[in-house]
Amino acid sequence: MLLIPCPYCGDRPEIEFRGGGEAHIARPSDPQTIDDQAWAEFLFYRTNPKGLMAERWNHAHGCQRWFNALRDTVSDRILESYKMGEKPIGGGRA
Amino acid sequence: MAGRNRLPKGGRVDRSKPVSIVFNGRTLAGFAGDTVASLLIAHDIHFVGRSFKYHRPRGFLSHGSDEPNALLSVDRGPGKIDPNNRATVAEARDGLVTHSQNHWPSLEFDIGAINDVLSPVFVAGFYYKTFMWPRRFWDSVYEPKIRAAAGLGRAPDAPDADRYANRHAHCDVLVVGAGPAGLAAALAGSETGKRVFLADEQAEMGGTLLHDLTSAIDGKPAQAWVAEALAELRSRGNVTLLPRSTAFGYYNHNHIALAERLTDHLDNAPAHLPRERLWQVRAGEVVLATGAHERPLVFADNDRPGILLAESVRVFVNRYAVAPGRKVVFVTNGASAYAAALDAAAAGIDVTLVDVRPEGDCGPELAALRAKGATVLTGHTVLAAAGTRRVTGLAVAPLSPAGKIGTRKTLAADCVGMSGGWTPSVHLFSQSRGKLRFDPALDAFVPDQAVQAQRSAGAANGRYDLGEILSEGFAAGSAAAGGDASRAFTATPTPTGFSPVRVLPTDADPARVKAFIDFQNDVTAKDIHLAVREGFESVEHVKRYTTTGMATDQGKSSNMNALGLVAGILEKPLPAVGTTTFRPPYTPVTFGTLIGPSRGPLFDPARKTPVHGWAEEQGARFEDVGLWKRAWYFPRGDEDLHEAVARECAAVRQHVGIFDATTLGKIEIVGPDAAEFMNRIYVNGWLKLEPGRCRYGLMLKEDGYILDDGVVARLAVDRFHVTTTTGGAPRVLAHMEDYLQTEWPELNVFLTSTTEQFAVIAVQGPKARELIAPLVTGIDLANDAFPHMAVRTGFICGVPTRLFRVSFTGELGFEINVPADYGRAVWEAIFARGGAFGLTPYGTETMHVLRAERGFVIIGQETDGTVTPDDLGLGGMIARAKPDFVGKRSLARPDLEAPGRKQLVGILTDDPTLVLDEGAQIVADRDQPIPIHALGHVTSSYWSPACDRSIALALVEGGRERIGSEIFVTTPSSFTKATVTAPAFFDAAGERVHA
Repeated sequence: MLLIPCPYCGDRPEIEFRGGGEAHIARPSDPQTIDDQAWAEFLFYRTNPKGLMAERWNHAHGCQRWFNALRDTVSDRILESYKMGEKPIGGGRA
Repeated sequence: MAGRNRLPKGGRVDRSKPVSIVFNGRTLAGFAGDTVASLLIAHDIHFVGRSFKYHRPRGFLSHGSDEPNALLSVDRGPGKIDPNNRATVAEARDGLVTHSQNHWPSLEFDIGAINDVLSPVFVAGFYYKTFMWPRRFWDSVYEPKIRAAAGLGRAPDAPDADRYANRHAHCDVLVVGAGPAGLAAALAGSETGKRVFLADEQAEMGGTLLHDLTSAIDGKPAQAWVAEALAELRSRGNVTLLPRSTAFGYYNHNHIALAERLTDHLDNAPAHLPRERLWQVRAGEVVLATGAHERPLVFADNDRPGILLAESVRVFVNRYAVAPGRKVVFVTNGASAYAAALDAAAAGIDVTLVDVRPEGDCGPELAALRAKGATVLTGHTVLAAAGTRRVTGLAVAPLSPAGKIGTRKTLAADCVGMSGGWTPSVHLFSQSRGKLRFDPALDAFVPDQAVQAQRSAGAANGRYDLGEILSEGFAAGSAAAGGDASRAFTATPTPTGFSPVRVLPTDADPARVKAFIDFQNDVTAKDIHLAVREGFESVEHVKRYTTTGMATDQGKSSNMNALGLVAGILEKPLPAVGTTTFRPPYTPVTFGTLIGPSRGPLFDPARKTPVHGWAEEQGARFEDVGLWKRAWYFPRGDEDLHEAVARECAAVRQHVGIFDATTLGKIEIVGPDAAEFMNRIYVNGWLKLEPGRCRYGLMLKEDGYILDDGVVARLAVDRFHVTTTTGGAPRVLAHMEDYLQTEWPELNVFLTSTTEQFAVIAVQGPKARELIAPLVTGIDLANDAFPHMAVRTGFICGVPTRLFRVSFTGELGFEINVPADYGRAVWEAIFARGGAFGLTPYGTETMHVLRAERGFVIIGQETDGTVTPDDLGLGGMIARAKPDFVGKRSLARPDLEAPGRKQLVGILTDDPTLVLDEGAQIVADRDQPIPIHALGHVTSSYWSPACDRSIALALVEGGRERIGSEIFVTTPSSFTKATVTAPAFFDAAGERVHA
């Protein structure tokens, strides 16, 4: 079980959280103007990297806040977590 | 009395505390501190079980948790029978009842032993080869027979009578293993006040030092050093000692699971104590001091009872003061077995040692043993063991440096101690995803790069010299606690010479002998040869094909021999072959420990509404909806479900019914931007909805498919009372929070779950208004003042209420929201007035029928995550003029606009008495060739009392265009003919709600 650093509550066990998939995929500001391919990429295309990945987490059974974390998908080490709208300090794709 | 092989003195057993156990009906005496194994050995009993596949007689191979053979059933009374207890781990206590396993009719005379003679049939992969055909034999013959023959012990058939506990704990340093490395690590780690846990699987801490009579540490005998170290650790308040606690799983982020055994060893266990406790430890740093396992040697019939690992012979002699035999032959390819031979000789046992190594490769241990007068044959190989139910001797022969085998001779023996070298116990390290490195000098995989905050020390790290083990353990403990202290220990040097050997050279036809690699799964060297010959070259494939290493001992004794043999056959270096994956649990864990207190009513938490008790008193039957217990129907007398539902439906249509709708999800959406937020989340428009009005809302996921629905009331310009489906409440709130926090943080809105704040009482039926009117104050209930789809606040029975005029039944109806604490009182007040109106409580089944008669959908029943609003005929609800809402763009994807999508329709069977199966498939023509194209499926199907016939809802390709046409629906035996209709069967115009 992961130990996830919620930026608001500190280290908490994984069972308090819900994963939200890859981070930093902005919803298009005017979805109606983009073509089907671009919309499909927003909806479904993910990088699924081996290594560092920025991903979204929701402290669902805690403060209910969404935040981002940098996790190594090989080792499951979490390098850092940061609030929505912030950038990670090191390493990952921001 | 105490057994003829009990040594007159020595050992760590407590001779002042006699105990007796029962083995296969025989009562046998021993001492406190014995394991079941040592107690049986004291009585010269080695033959304690039959092997898995060949039913060969088996005895003890080891002295500890790596034991593959000696698995006994332990009977502690009704509901307390455990199969597959390792006799080498189970502690002897007074009155313990044990049985051998895997034989019929008895251990001595076992019909299954015929398998040993038939063994050419049972080669590697024989399941795959033998049970191929005929197909129908699988169900009738093969599977039942294989199932009956499979497994070792018998699973208990009574509920577990014991109690189990669960505990979460945090520490700075967790040390696993309390041998010399672990003790030194715990001493160093706890010097600075850090919280240290020291866990060990055995009853007594000290590891190998507990049977080391000859080594000294810092001038003290090893066992005295252990006692002092433990006393020191006990005196430190920051140290927690956890004996009888096996670290069986190493998970992410230093999350380690321990199984602590609390009562099995007690003569009279207090009833209040749990039997076992699951510890879930989150450690800052971990020191793995898990030691090493001795490898068996591979030679013909190396599994005969009386053939043990050499170190295990030493443990039985030194620690338990029992002689595993009176005439012991040790066979080895390294120095460690000499220590065992020396100790056995010192205990008065007749000792011979056979060393595979040529004389020149042996170290000073050779001269030391010869000096004691023991016969040592160097440069010899073992050809075979003699004896069946007990070893009677070993056939040995000289082995020339060129590999030529000389003249054989037989050494008489009643016990053999074999040593094929040592394998560091890297199980936990590997579970933590640490990378292993092959060390050719040790002929073993050792920890290389750790992935988590941990370090290995001692034999687990490939160190075998006592002084080095202690120093490494101490340094690891200090480093784990954030220090850099080191300490040199003065310890007796440990002879560690060793030259690896895979299978002992023999002059026999290798295809005709059984030389066991994996004792528990009966895998021989021959099987591994066969697997590689048949093309299984990856060790992972060889493992699965032969099942080597897949038994409950996790291949502790067998893995390295199997890997080495595969590498040898393939003529590859061992590291190129690699090793198989280690997985939890390290040793078997009882289900009780894993489950803990989560049994019976605690298995799954139940959510109950304030009206639950009332419904129980009325004899309601309940159904589970998510975690909620919902009243399903209220039978009167001996009514069955259908009779009760027919009566409840009629009551609602003709008079009035009362229904507990508390479980509906409720979310309060408040703030200056509340309406804008609603506009973006739902397909509907909200800006123009006036306060005091309700609207049926539909929300989509971003992919355009329906997520949830529910009635929404606008209480004020900046306040919405949203309802969701019962099961969808958490999902919907999470969905809303996600968009609010991550996409539209600029919106000033607050979301609060209010599901449990309100009890919701639905009063539905033509007489609903009359029934509640006298109880309501502050709200004008007149039809024009309080129309359908309106909401008012006021009081009912003096309790504040949010009163909704809404209907999920198609009748005039109200949903009365009151604070949950008043829910039952208001419910009972309404019910008390109900007699004159024919008021009838109804459950979820009636609710389902009533809504289906009107064609109202249930999300999750009519929808499955691939259904759009238009598919349900609800496209008109979409506020298309809105610039954007979640899912809007996806509705314009070509597939979601394509013709031929499945659409919601009604289905009326030609036979009005036939109620279709929900999930039944729908086809256009039953006579199409197979595979018949399915047009869709039935989503809801009921007997409708209002229509006096069966009705169904379905999703059907191009459904709305098919209205009026005939289709066929599958039944359990065939098809039935039916007609597609509009999805509404009663009051299709929806007039009754306005009454």
